[in-house]
Amino acid sequence: MAAIFQGVGAAAALSSSLSNSFDSKKFVSSPCRPFSVRKGASFAVVRSDGRVNLNPKGRRAQQLISNAVATKSDSAAASSSSKPGHELLLFEALQEGLEEEMERDIRVCVMGEDVGHYGGSYKVTKGLAKKFGDLRVLDTPIAENSFTGMGIGAAMTGLRPVVEGMNMGFLLLAFNQISNNCGMLHYTSGGQFTIPIVIRGPGGVGRQLGAEHSQRLESYFQSIPGIQMVACSTPYNAKGLMKAAIRSENPVILFEHVLLYNLKERIPDEDYICNLEEAEMVRPGEHVTILTYSRMRYHVMQAAKTLVNKGYDPEVIDIRSLKPFDLYTIGNSVKKTHRVLIVEECMRTGGIGASLIAAITENFNDYLDAPIMCLSSQDVPTPYAGTLEEVTVVQPAQIVTAVEQLCQ
Amino acid sequence: MILGRAFEDMCAQMYYRGKMFGFVHLYNGQEAVSTGFIKLLKQQDSVVSTYRDHVHALSKGVPARAVMSELFGKTTGCCRGQGGSMHMFSREHNLLGGFAFIGEGIPVATGAAFTSKYKREVLKEADCDHVTLAFFGDGTCNNGQFFECLNMAALWKLPIVFVVENNLWAIGMSHLRATSDPQIYKKGPAFGMPGIHVDGMDVLKVREVAKDAIGRARRGEGPTLVECETYRFRGHSLADPDELRDPAEKAHYAARDPITALKKYLIENSLASEADLKAIDKKIDEVVEDAVEFADESPVPSQSQLLENVFADPKGFGIGPDGRYRCEDPKFTEGTAHV
Repeated sequence: MAAIFQGVGAAAALSSSLSNSFDSKKFVSSPCRPFSVRKGASFAVVRSDGRVNLNPKGRRAQQLISNAVATKSDSAAASSSSKPGHELLLFEALQEGLEEEMERDIRVCVMGEDVGHYGGSYKVTKGLAKKFGDLRVLDTPIAENSFTGMGIGAAMTGLRPVVEGMNMGFLLLAFNQISNNCGMLHYTSGGQFTIPIVIRGPGGVGRQLGAEHSQRLESYFQSIPGIQMVACSTPYNAKGLMKAAIRSENPVILFEHVLLYNLKERIPDEDYICNLEEAEMVRPGEHVTILTYSRMRYHVMQAAKTLVNKGYDPEVIDIRSLKPFDLYTIGNSVKKTHRVLIVEECMRTGGIGASLIAAITENFNDYLDAPIMCLSSQDVPTPYAGTLEEVTVVQPAQIVTAVEQLCQ
Repeated sequence: MILGRAFEDMCAQMYYRGKMFGFVHLYNGQEAVSTGFIKLLKQQDSVVSTYRDHVHALSKGVPARAVMSELFGKTTGCCRGQGGSMHMFSREHNLLGGFAFIGEGIPVATGAAFTSKYKREVLKEADCDHVTLAFFGDGTCNNGQFFECLNMAALWKLPIVFVVENNLWAIGMSHLRATSDPQIYKKGPAFGMPGIHVDGMDVLKVREVAKDAIGRARRGEGPTLVECETYRFRGHSLADPDELRDPAEKAHYAARDPITALKKYLIENSLASEADLKAIDKKIDEVVEDAVEFADESPVPSQSQLLENVFADPKGFGIGPDGRYRCEDPKFTEGTAHV
């Protein structure tokens, strides 16, 4: 499904609507309630208020909004249904997807820490244990390597587990199982056993969570043969990717982002999935291809507004599938714009961007008018201090500068 | 047991003749444990092993031909030649591997046991009493995954039996030098399950203990930890010069060879005659010879097999620049795997 930005006029309308709603007082007093959809516009404006535990300073709260805003067309229009759709937050979309799949197939089960009675540390599994029972939504002891391995053993013997890492960083403890068994078992068994497992959890840099809770493991898992990796960024694709991942016969790692759980969007009522291997066109354009995923999509869209005001026409693609890359969508874009900027939250060294540069150079070198630019996070452990954390990740201003440089 | 011994001896021969390569870990001396336990299982029960898995595979019912072919790296091997000595799998016989890293199979076994419980309680297959056996060694018992799984299995009363094949040596590391409390069976009660020690060189004693443990699991009473005192007559692998172990120790256990012991028992109790036993020996030799012949004559995998089985759903290789899924391209298997 493509999200179409309505063009320059809408951009102007959007920025004015944003300034209307930049009410930090309102923001602070109701931290958990997202802002209402702007009526009368031809597209839905989605706002995020970041984490549930918010920084109480007003000015910073304002920045929180501006850093995470998203624009998306009315996705009900993109689908051919006449149903109105329903609004929900990203974590609810994940929960809805998970619940629907658990109803659809009794073999789908959830395993993880605090997924059952607690409802999940980010509430993605809220209510599921009550509905499906303690065995289908299994609260595990704190033993990531072993319960991930247990999920793999269950997958081999006929179940379809969804393993939750409370924070993606914790999955480092499960690396043995993810690399050796999850990725490789189908191969080393000569195709006899399938591992239809989904491993999911929140990652990425949050709000001053400290170095170990702010990790981006996409790059670590990238090289494991036999797994697929996807990153969700909107409620629509979160639900769609969750469902597709559960239905897939391959092991899939679904990367969610800590700061995106409260994004609100209107999604279709009917059943849908998002293709695991496809990228998402966020904003078609002519001048430059910006490839991004997860939270950086919002920084890119923020920068896109500025760029549009300055007369640029960026094409923004959310690659969604981190492994394998959708070289068709990406390639078509490169062939059109001839300039590529990659904006990612991954570390610079050995990150998704590095692989993407290699893939694009290999396949589309003739179409490039300029070297590919890649903006990644700094190769540092994420600092606690807010000011330092801010410059660890790519900010919209840097994206604007990069595009200007690229388009000279 | 005879099959296990003859097979492993043949493996050694084949290895030194250059028919199989890599790390090959032979089971000579430990046959009583495999036979004692696995011969009590049904086909739907699962077995998880380590790299020392040839005999577990044979005991579970994987044909000797399939195992030998796998060792030779031929397409007719149980894993199409893609697994090798340390990764024996069989869906048909519910052999869930074959793992190279010690300890990483135990969570997989726990998962299989979890499925059994799930089938009974969620899928309402009331008669599902499938049991899983996890085999591993003394070295593994100092590994975190062992303890984590003991905890989870006892917590949820999973139908699993943890079988420790304590052969006193982890390559060159003596169990006594590596373990603060070397009595492994005592670690079971710490997690709330019975811990049993048995003479692993006596197949009948092993079988008695196994009956109890497997019965417990089938009735839903939970896991058991069984420590089998056993010994490997050969080195850790065919690459191990085996210089550290005391010849006196080796002689002590050689005298307790499970096969010799059982033969003696059968003859003394008139359960079989010398002629019967010789006939078995001969038959097994034929089986093993046939397995070698079959493996020799089997084809090696062609290059096109390289990319098969990486993904259960080959769409996982992604969409190529031309818009088609790479796996739809007929030339795909002749190319290289990249995303």
